[in-house]
Amino acid sequence: MTATTAPAPGAFAARAGGSRPLAGTGTLLRFALRRDRVTMPLWVGVIALMVLSLPASLKSVYSTPAERADLARQMLANSSLRATYGPVFGDSLGGLTAWRIGGYAGVLAAVMSLIVVVRHTRDEEESGRQELVSAAMVGRRAPLTAALLAALVANGVLTVLVAGGLAGQGASGALALGLAIGATGMVFATMAAIVAQFTQSARLAKGLTGGLVGAAFVLRAAGDSATDDGSSVLTWLSPVGWLENVRAFADERWWVLLLFAAAVAAQGAVAYVLAGRRDMGMSFLPTRPGPATGRLGTAGALAWRLQRGAVLGWSLGFLAAGAAFGGITKGAADLVGGNAKTREIIERMGGQAGITDAFLATMVSMLGMVAALYVVSSVLRLHGEETSQRAEPLLAAAVGRLRWAGGHLVLAFGGTVLIMLLGGLGLALGYGAEYGAVLGACLVQVPAVWTLGGLAVLLYGLSPRIAPGAWAAAGLALLLGWIGPALDLPQPVMDLSPFGHLPRLPGGTMTWTPVVVLTALAVALTAAGLTALRRRDLAT
Amino acid sequence: MTKAISVAGLHKSFGRTHALDGLDLEVAAGEVHGFLGPNGSGKSTTIRVLLGLLRADAGTARMLDMDPWADAVELHRRVAYVPGDVTLWRNLSGGEVIDLYGRLHDGGRSRRGGAGGGPGGGRTGGLDPARRADLIERFELDPTKKGRTYSKGNRQKVALVAAFASDVDVLILDEPTSGLDPLMEEVFQSCVREERDRGRTILLSSHILSEVEELCDRVSIIRGGRTVESGTLADLRHLTRTSVTAELAGPPNGLASLPGVHGLDVQEAGVRHDGVRCKVRFQADTDRLDAVLRSLTDSGVRSLTSTPPTLEELFLRHYQDEDRPGPADGNGKTVAR
Repeated sequence: MTATTAPAPGAFAARAGGSRPLAGTGTLLRFALRRDRVTMPLWVGVIALMVLSLPASLKSVYSTPAERADLARQMLANSSLRATYGPVFGDSLGGLTAWRIGGYAGVLAAVMSLIVVVRHTRDEEESGRQELVSAAMVGRRAPLTAALLAALVANGVLTVLVAGGLAGQGASGALALGLAIGATGMVFATMAAIVAQFTQSARLAKGLTGGLVGAAFVLRAAGDSATDDGSSVLTWLSPVGWLENVRAFADERWWVLLLFAAAVAAQGAVAYVLAGRRDMGMSFLPTRPGPATGRLGTAGALAWRLQRGAVLGWSLGFLAAGAAFGGITKGAADLVGGNAKTREIIERMGGQAGITDAFLATMVSMLGMVAALYVVSSVLRLHGEETSQRAEPLLAAAVGRLRWAGGHLVLAFGGTVLIMLLGGLGLALGYGAEYGAVLGACLVQVPAVWTLGGLAVLLYGLSPRIAPGAWAAAGLALLLGWIGPALDLPQPVMDLSPFGHLPRLPGGTMTWTPVVVLTALAVALTAAGLTALRRRDLAT
Repeated sequence: MTKAISVAGLHKSFGRTHALDGLDLEVAAGEVHGFLGPNGSGKSTTIRVLLGLLRADAGTARMLDMDPWADAVELHRRVAYVPGDVTLWRNLSGGEVIDLYGRLHDGGRSRRGGAGGGPGGGRTGGLDPARRADLIERFELDPTKKGRTYSKGNRQKVALVAAFASDVDVLILDEPTSGLDPLMEEVFQSCVREERDRGRTILLSSHILSEVEELCDRVSIIRGGRTVESGTLADLRHLTRTSVTAELAGPPNGLASLPGVHGLDVQEAGVRHDGVRCKVRFQADTDRLDAVLRSLTDSGVRSLTSTPPTLEELFLRHYQDEDRPGPADGNGKTVAR
């Protein structure tokens, strides 16, 4: 790693004397891209695929322009649907694609970007790796610059893929949508760069920025439920709202892209100023001293201590998200009497006839699929503890592997029940009725979530190397649930997800078979994983 | 002499790497046993097998007469471990971690017995508060700091305090003093002596040879996953070479051809009234010293310095030897060349 490979910021370096704040940026960027050589293409590929697969499937369901215009009119007229997907600005295939998936693609690009940035900044400092890197000929601003450039590369490729892939629907619309998605990613990349200056924990930085992404989505949803042209102040407060206001494939408003550019520049500047005012490894939020003696006495208590923050965060998140969804659902009844096609797509999502129940059922299953992310992250705490060598001295004390793993698994599986109940409570509160039915429906999701948790235990038990594969499984389930109904995917494909087997509740008929089978499957997967864990070597 | 640890013919591979290749190790109850070897020679792998974290491919390993894999938890009640690189939870204070390990060792019940014995402390669970406080003071550890704010040496101290304060029979220390300053090194050594006086067995893997020389009753040197030497330091010294520097009245006759003389270097040290003086430097196998000295006196010794082998030399010889053949006898002890 030498400074000679850096894209020498010649004039800058000369002026700044010997400090050369950007020295080594090129090397660090290449290094970051190499470290992310698997995850980054996966993120970009999945997001691009989601967007690019949409026109064909929309065309297969709504084959004539008249049908599509009808769909657009109905979707625009209903405030709940506007809150979910945003307003429809154009009824071409391109316009409907931008409406249906644009916002979600932007949110995913945001999540990808914040992970990339935190991973290459705060994560590096927290682990102490940064120290070694910064001791080499690496400028003080090079790490942050390299991280932002890595995010720029990911979002740039995504932009090009979307713009190129959709060019058949209209080149300028495709370019506008691609740029808007990529720019949303960059706004949250720079936001993550700011948040990472405030916390010493990378996990917390990711969580906080993720919360900001969620807040941006909620602001947009709230604004769009109030207006049908994206003109609400709330919508304009949210970068995800800007994305829809670019109006790709519907008389693009290119100037909105300037907003993104301004936000990226301003946030980036703030991040650089903050980074320049603190020491490496330090943060603006101070760490307080802890107790001199501890009361932790068991592996289970330790697991709770380590996971309680996450459980609390997810609980509050689910309660808030449920309440927001519930509020949206109220308006769904307005749609009664709408045209058959519209009713059909919603009912396919919800899986039954009553439009309100269908809407509630959709929200319940969304909560379930997001809870799958919780269960995987919670189970994979075991993986993190083992690979960071923190498990080793614990297991060298009088703690068996089963008891050690059990502490975390109780939180993973029990926490699933807790957050689903809280999500259901929020949903019922927001909707203002159907408490029992909604809470019951949320509990019915639990076996499917557990199945993914069980899969995570199995993969981890077999080998820590394949454990992250559980994320792919949860991601697949989420993807199928999100876009499956709109694409009218065949049942065998939908059946890949455990959620595809569940009865549609509330409103549908309760069937116990899938619930029992999935619970048994989850138990079997977990047992197999724990058995494998007992037999294998610990990662060293 | 009862064995606290007894390992024979241990094999362990990771993919194509043979980390352990028939390793033997015997540690008597109540002794401090040095465990030496170059980086990557299999010390930590052996320790992880002994802790039941890894499963051996072949061979036997017993600790306190239990199987480290099958009886892991029961065994760990009586064993404390300090790794060479302590990782702490970022948001837990050092004091919390110390107490956590204390409770995890005791399992909430007070039990004693087995090889090594120990003090008859009347505690009911967790750590002895007086001992804990004493250790924290001696190691000058601030137990209120959070895991992420400790330096390397201070993280090491957290694990050391937890281990020394635990009421166990065996301490397994894997390069425990990395990152400690010389003062703390002193504290560590006195703690180890106290533990030995209490009858505990200590397996100490270390690269700090003065530490090993100071503390260990016996040492085992391993290389490439096998034991190449094992015995008391005096035993091992006997098998090695003594450095000799002598000024002679005349040229050393026949010294070069004597068996047991290595690296002979002869220099003219100037002409005196009684002839040409020579300065010779060489290493002699310690068991051949007698014949070597006789040959020297024949040439007229004017001055003589002889240095017994240091552990460093012993160590370096084993570390540097290329392609050393396997153990020459059943005890895993080879005869030095």
